[in-house]
Amino acid sequence: MSKSLKLLLGSALTVSALAAPAMAERLGLGRAALPEEISAWDVAVLPDGQGLRPGSGDVATGEEVFAANCAMCHGEFAEGLDAWPVLAGGDGTLRDMRPVKTIGSYWPHLSTVYDYIHRSMPFGAAQTLSVDETYAITAFLLYSNGLVEEDFVLSDKNFTEIQLPNADGFYPDDRAESEYPLFSAAACMTDCLPEQKITKRAVELNVTPTDPDGKPAGTLPDLHAAAAVAPASGDTKAAEVTPEPAKAEEAKAEPAAPATEAVVAIDPELIEDGEKVFKKCTACHKVGDGAKNGTGPALNNVFGHAAGKADGFKYSKPLLTMAEGGLVWDMDSLDAFLADPKGFMKGTKMSFAGLKKEEDRAAVIAYLSTFSN
Amino acid sequence: MNNDEPETGTSRRGFLRQTALAGAGLVAGTSAARAEGADPLITEVQPWATEFGDPVDAVPYGMPIRFEQHVVRRNVEWLTESPVSSINFTPIHALEGTITPQGCAFERHHSGAIELSKADYRLMINGLVERPLVFTFEDLLRFPRTSVTAFCECAANGGMEWGGAQLEGCQFTQGMIHNMEYVGVPLRVLLEEAGVKPEGKWLYAEGADASSNGRSMPMEKALDDVMLAFYANGEALRKEHGYPARLVVPGWEGNMWVKWVRRLGVYDRAVESREETSKYTDLMPDGRARKWTWVMDAKSVITSPSPQAPIRHGKGPLVITGLAWSGNGKITKVDVSMDGGRNWVEARITGEAKAKALTRFHLDIDWDGSELMLQSRATDETGYVQPTKDALRAIRGRNNVYHNNGIQTWWVRADGEVENVEIA
Repeated sequence: MSKSLKLLLGSALTVSALAAPAMAERLGLGRAALPEEISAWDVAVLPDGQGLRPGSGDVATGEEVFAANCAMCHGEFAEGLDAWPVLAGGDGTLRDMRPVKTIGSYWPHLSTVYDYIHRSMPFGAAQTLSVDETYAITAFLLYSNGLVEEDFVLSDKNFTEIQLPNADGFYPDDRAESEYPLFSAAACMTDCLPEQKITKRAVELNVTPTDPDGKPAGTLPDLHAAAAVAPASGDTKAAEVTPEPAKAEEAKAEPAAPATEAVVAIDPELIEDGEKVFKKCTACHKVGDGAKNGTGPALNNVFGHAAGKADGFKYSKPLLTMAEGGLVWDMDSLDAFLADPKGFMKGTKMSFAGLKKEEDRAAVIAYLSTFSN
Repeated sequence: MNNDEPETGTSRRGFLRQTALAGAGLVAGTSAARAEGADPLITEVQPWATEFGDPVDAVPYGMPIRFEQHVVRRNVEWLTESPVSSINFTPIHALEGTITPQGCAFERHHSGAIELSKADYRLMINGLVERPLVFTFEDLLRFPRTSVTAFCECAANGGMEWGGAQLEGCQFTQGMIHNMEYVGVPLRVLLEEAGVKPEGKWLYAEGADASSNGRSMPMEKALDDVMLAFYANGEALRKEHGYPARLVVPGWEGNMWVKWVRRLGVYDRAVESREETSKYTDLMPDGRARKWTWVMDAKSVITSPSPQAPIRHGKGPLVITGLAWSGNGKITKVDVSMDGGRNWVEARITGEAKAKALTRFHLDIDWDGSELMLQSRATDETGYVQPTKDALRAIRGRNNVYHNNGIQTWWVRADGEVENVEIA
């Protein structure tokens, strides 16, 4: 082996001018992939039905599974909540100013629907749907799009008979013919256009993230900022002597302060870590001043309080049942819930696989505790 | 004519005076240069000149000095519903040269950046191959390696600008891009190890994360210049860029640069996954859509001055700089216009123009303090000249979000502030 490797590398060296080494023969690295390994990882389903697993699901079951796993983002009728994807409707909108691209109006292949649901959904708990559940949800989505009747059953047997309405709506990249010739004339250098006038200004939309001073976020610091704010007759030299450092120190000193009132004993670093972990939750949950219910309830006053108390939020039945049973969100209950949401609360709408690391749970609970009184 | 003009100066200043004398006016910010008294930063012993700095054991792996803390990735919260399936932007307005440091190179995840160790890493090659194989990370390190410098640009870079000028700053308008030097194994080598069957015309790559973000590419591309990369800019890939292994697909849209690659499937046709049908397809005015629009066409942007990098030094010498790139090859020429595209001058390409990699350009001018409508325009080795946004819209209509490689206009105001505008 080592001898042939040397030979191979030797031959690669002699042709080192090439971008890639020349490989005359195999190195014999790696091992055979086992059938059960291929089965576990190769779950791709192609438009012609390659990769479909035996199974089936009907619209009614699909509606139930969808309601339990998908509706919190996509809506009970696949209409899409907030800015989450709309999955149904949109027929005939592809030429509109605001096209609605759904499975029914845009997607070319049903295989894509199955494949994506099976491998990547629900968001936050991917690969938890069975083959039959995936057939069922796919059937329900066909029904939501008006493409099948309510008694429809989708299976590996009839899968490729279904054609989506926009199957012929795509064509391969034609820029080389339709665009490149138009953009390949020698570039004009002088008197190319009449005088130009401004027609649109981004500032008028006012949608750019800003720094505290109102400038676009990340605007390079003015190295002479201190000089600039000094009176016209001011001592610019003095201002120059204390440029960035002083400001940076102040900025650094500030953020540590907030949030520690509620739970004095908690390590500020843990809270900071918790804020980072909480980013996994922000798709559905808001917390802090002005936090509103979204896909999930707002999480102010959750820690240390009875469960199910967010004003106006439609909790799932299992949560309401547990709340009636006296569930209080304390360290232990939150830890257990966050470790395994569906294990702790069978049937919860919260489509989240859970936080496996104990330290992540501790951090996020610490963070949430700062929004409780 | 102007008492603010320094009396003494280097020969460089002498040169400037020749070209910039006419009404040099208030040269804001050059207070030290025009101070009448001596500069205490020079005449007084400063703390750093007398005390110790940090010892060598203070920082085993360094971060940029705190004065550079604004040079970070930023996201635009309203763009997406969730930050784990979202994008942030490279601070290209604050960077120079062509290599993007990993720590501030934009991220796009479809299900968050996962933590996958080298020990837990496996790569499977299966499908239409003679020998379906599984490799450990250690196995992969025994294949001959190559290196390539390549830009990775999200197909949606500039997408928010398709309908009109929207965001203030090239970080947000052109910052879904980074450029790194990669080291890894050519995909061709790995595919030859497995032995692609003659009917294996397509390669489908998918990631180990929950989104898997699978993408298909023609086998010719996979065998041409695609790499399974382990290192970027001299060190291991960062978690957010696919540690321990990602695809590098030079010149093609960033979505195809699958991170945390776990499987390469060989097929007789494209898988047509969600990421290559529902997304990353380009809706045209007739209601049909282009698919398989993989190549990123020639494009450029002036990174400074720009809305986040205003001119604070007043009139006189001004360095204009920016980036140009093309997925079809090398950049051969970059032109800069100061009057919104009426007249152009050729900028200097600084350093080597590498194919399918970011290319830096500079133009040193004597700014007279008047308003400018700054634009840059790239030409690549195929002769393709970067078009205006309007020229693209004339073909693609208004619903074509991806692949906006149109010319960017910055309106430089007399006070040196810069705005993102559209002109006609």
